[in-house]
Amino acid sequence: MTMTTNTLPGSACATCPMNRHLARLGVSMDSWDYVVALAGNPNTGKSTVFNALTGLRQHTGNWPGKTVARAEGGFEYGEKRYKIVDLPGTYSLLATSADEEIARDFILFGQPDVTVIVVDATRLERNLNLALQVLEITDKAVLALNLMDEARRHRLVVDERRLARDLGVPVVPMSARRGEGVGELLQMVHGVATGEIRPRPHRLASTRDAALDRVLSQLVARVEAAFPGLPNARWVALRLLDDDASIESAIRDGSLGDLSRGLQTAPVAERLALTGVAS
Amino acid sequence: MSDPAADLLQTARALRAEVGAGLHDQLAEALYTDAAHLADRAVTRPDERPRFDLDRAIDRLVTSRTWGFPIMILLLTVVFWITIQGANVPSSLLATLLLDKVHPALKDGASALGVPWWLSGVLLDGAYLAGAWVVSVMLPPMAIFFPLFTLLEDFGYLPRVAFNLDRLFSRAGAHGKQALSMTMGFGCNAAGVVATRVIDSPRERLIAILTNNFAVCNGRWPTLIMVSTIFIGSAVPAALAGLVSAAAVVSVAVLGVLLTFAVSWFLSRTMLKGQASVFSLELPPYRPPRIWQTLYTSVIDRTLIVLWRAVTMAVPAGVVIWTISNVHVGGESVAEHLVSLLDGFGWLLGLNGVILLAYIVAIPANEIIIPTILMLTVLTARLSGVGQGAGVMFELESGNAIRDILHAGGWTTLTAINLMLFSLIHNPCSTTILTIYHETRSLKWTAVATALPLLLGFAVTFTLATAARLLGWA
Repeated sequence: MTMTTNTLPGSACATCPMNRHLARLGVSMDSWDYVVALAGNPNTGKSTVFNALTGLRQHTGNWPGKTVARAEGGFEYGEKRYKIVDLPGTYSLLATSADEEIARDFILFGQPDVTVIVVDATRLERNLNLALQVLEITDKAVLALNLMDEARRHRLVVDERRLARDLGVPVVPMSARRGEGVGELLQMVHGVATGEIRPRPHRLASTRDAALDRVLSQLVARVEAAFPGLPNARWVALRLLDDDASIESAIRDGSLGDLSRGLQTAPVAERLALTGVAS
Repeated sequence: MSDPAADLLQTARALRAEVGAGLHDQLAEALYTDAAHLADRAVTRPDERPRFDLDRAIDRLVTSRTWGFPIMILLLTVVFWITIQGANVPSSLLATLLLDKVHPALKDGASALGVPWWLSGVLLDGAYLAGAWVVSVMLPPMAIFFPLFTLLEDFGYLPRVAFNLDRLFSRAGAHGKQALSMTMGFGCNAAGVVATRVIDSPRERLIAILTNNFAVCNGRWPTLIMVSTIFIGSAVPAALAGLVSAAAVVSVAVLGVLLTFAVSWFLSRTMLKGQASVFSLELPPYRPPRIWQTLYTSVIDRTLIVLWRAVTMAVPAGVVIWTISNVHVGGESVAEHLVSLLDGFGWLLGLNGVILLAYIVAIPANEIIIPTILMLTVLTARLSGVGQGAGVMFELESGNAIRDILHAGGWTTLTAINLMLFSLIHNPCSTTILTIYHETRSLKWTAVATALPLLLGFAVTFTLATAARLLGWA
């Protein structure tokens, strides 16, 4: 195994073609082709990735909990316009606090075309916990393996190919604050957004409990019957079994029903309006 | 046919009973197991542990029970000492330029163009002077303080502060993450109030919102630094002046932290009873700060944004000050009426009517307190030789001019100390009050958040003033 940070050509290369395509638009754009959500644990450099993509200079701080609301920006790549939403950093998506609820509702109801999960390469285990929860909700994800420079400093070797195979989504090693890997991330985001790359994410294997698995599949069938076409019926069923009040109310007030009725194909502006993002 | 949604919920409820209560833990465990397994396959750790782990060594020092707090206070003092020492010269240069040179030139220009006196009064003596004052008083300390603070932040020191404070917060019945929202409040209380969203429990979140105002914000640092430099620093030998003024500012900030604990403790035993919940706080790795980028972002993000906000608040306030100083009712201006009305109460608090009126005029932003006080003092003390009329902010030749004017306005060391205390303990600015309403959606808690610190401020300054007078100090 080798230290692999620059597996793709052109990382940290400001004049590479891919970077020339990147027209930095700040927030001045008024229409988008795709929506990208940025999720991740606190203090993994999400805001730095956000700035690297948008050219905004949002202040980034080295402490957890800095971004508690959503920040929004935009960029252009491959002749497509992307709206990017920086979600609050959280350790989980179980929606026990306001910031977790904001992050989860956006991924669930906002149906971003791509969710970039920013993880800290030096704390992979803790970070994968959230990544796995995101992958339960959405297929269209890219894992940004950030802080590779820190990992090098701590002499950790991260095999991102194996990780990508195990997780079933593209994995991009990067050091956002040095600008390394930004081009590759854009390529992957573009690929997933346009459908050239179709991730098949890792889903939690059976719960190792036969009785639970039986109950779960029963409920999944009911969820699918009630909301045909829902992209994450299994996850919804699990949340229901776990007594998740906000999912129950989403079922009662019909917002989950909207998802199953093909909101995925609705115009970007409509999807954003649903989650309260000004368009 | 029944509603499919209600149907589904009912099925779920029935199945939930079958599954039992252990599900949540089971799911969490499955997630952890998977995550651990995946991470284990992907990461290779170095064979031998490094003999010396610098991060751990620093952590042991800065979060140690013995050294944690002294180091915190020392670092803060050094930051303020550098700020106070460094801001003096550029501050008086800016004041000379904007107030002594540009303002008379503008006035001459206006009279040459035949602009009516009231218009040049409102625009130049009101709006322009207030804005110019804010720039010369605030820009230099902010341009030094923010980059220094941001460097500490980028290095990773702030979570260690939170770690040190956590134990005290839980003893006060509050959430440990309140340390984070409080630290944010040192920048801006409105941002600090928004930052309380990281706290899960509504009870603890309310405590954090109600006490965030005790974290000294951007708008108040310049007031504290200036008053402390003029009154506290000048009371000691010149060689010690910078250090003593810095120590005075730090003492006020530390007092704010102590008040945060005291008020949180009080709230969690009266209005907001309950147990403190536990949480885990991640101490991020230390990261060498990127000096140039930090300078850039702290100048753009903080210094200029805060300065711009202050100027936009100061300009209308300047208009208000000039207007109330020039509209006369029964031989005296409205401002003079208001000041004499407030003087008695102000005296009781060891302050004066001018300061109280300034706090009313400056509700939109704490940043403009000092300029407002100076303008109103010049007016009410009817100083000769400074300013060209009612409500005009005067010209000054040196930093000492501010002290001379405040002395002429009847200021003593007690006034200065009580102003510093009142600056710490009074109602939040209107932006923060509005943010509190947005976050709590409750008029009651917004009112509590506004009135509680104000009443506490009255109580503290009154007590100190009375004690000082009884003991013959003032």
